[in-house]
Amino acid sequence: MEVTLTHYLVLSTILFAIGLIGVMRRKNLLMLFFATEILLNATNIAFAAISHYIGDLSGQMFAFFIIAIAASEVAIGLGLLIVWYKRTGKIDLDQMNSMRG
Amino acid sequence: MFEAIAFYLFAALTIVMFTITVMTSQALYAITAMAAGMIFISAFFFILGADFLGAIQIIVYTGAVMALYAFGMMFFDTTRNVVEKRTNPQIVFVLGVLAAVMVVAIFVAPIVSNNIQALYPIQEGVGNSQAVGMVLFTKYLVPFELAAVMLLVAMIGGIVLAGKKMDRSLTLMAEEEIGLMDESYEPKAGGH
Repeated sequence: MEVTLTHYLVLSTILFAIGLIGVMRRKNLLMLFFATEILLNATNIAFAAISHYIGDLSGQMFAFFIIAIAASEVAIGLGLLIVWYKRTGKIDLDQMNSMRG
Repeated sequence: MFEAIAFYLFAALTIVMFTITVMTSQALYAITAMAAGMIFISAFFFILGADFLGAIQIIVYTGAVMALYAFGMMFFDTTRNVVEKRTNPQIVFVLGVLAAVMVVAIFVAPIVSNNIQALYPIQEGVGNSQAVGMVLFTKYLVPFELAAVMLLVAMIGGIVLAGKKMDRSLTLMAEEEIGLMDESYEPKAGGH
C-alpha cells in the first residue's frame, strides 16, 4: 500500500474536475469564485506531490506563487463584485449582459 | 502504512467537502465546507514534507481568503437562492474535453517524469522552511519581488474598488446621478 505520485495526481484531477463542474453549474458569482479556488488548490496538490517525488523544490515554489495569485484574485474580484452589486443589486452571471455578449 | 491511511482519509474528506461546496444551494454551507476542505488540503502538504507550504495554506486560505469571502457573503444578499440554469452546451463540451485531456496528461506524466532531473534538489539535514528560504531568496528572487508588487497592486485595487464612496448607495441612484457625483461629491464632515 505504497502511495505513489499517481495517487496524488489522480486526486488532483478529481478535485480539478469538481471545480470544473462548479464553474459550469454556478450562476452566482460568489459561488463561481469558490469553484476557482478549488481549481487552484487542485493544482497546488499536484505541484507539491511532484516536488516531493522528484526531490525538487521548484514545485513548492510554484505552489507559493499560485497561492499569492489566488489571494490577489480574491481581493480584486471581490472589489469588482462589490462595485457591480452596488450598481445593480445583483450578482447573477446571466444578468451581466450590458455588453450584449 | 500510516501515510496510506492518512492519504485515503484526507482524500475522501477533501473530495466530500469540495463536492458539498460545488453542489449545495446554501452559501453558508458552501463557505464552511470550503474552509474545511482547505484545511484538509494542508494535510497533504504535511504528508508530502512541504511543511512551510502547509502552514502557508492554512494561514492564507482559511485566514485571509475565507475572511474575505465571509465579508463578501455578509455584504451580498446570498441568502436569496440564485436559480442555477442549464448551461451553454458548448461550454460544457469545451470544459469536458479540457478535463479529458488533462486526465490523459496526468496518467502520462509519471512516465515522462523519469527523464526530469531535479534543478534544486532537496538537501539532507536541512529543514523544509530553511530549504524553501534558500531557494526562494536566491533562484526565485525576481518572481518573489514581482509577486510582492502584484500583491501590493491587488491591495490598492481592492481598496479603491470597494472603499470608494462607501457612504452612498450606488444601487439607489440612476446612471446620470452617478456621473454627476464625481464633480459634486464632497464628504460630509460628521460622517453619516
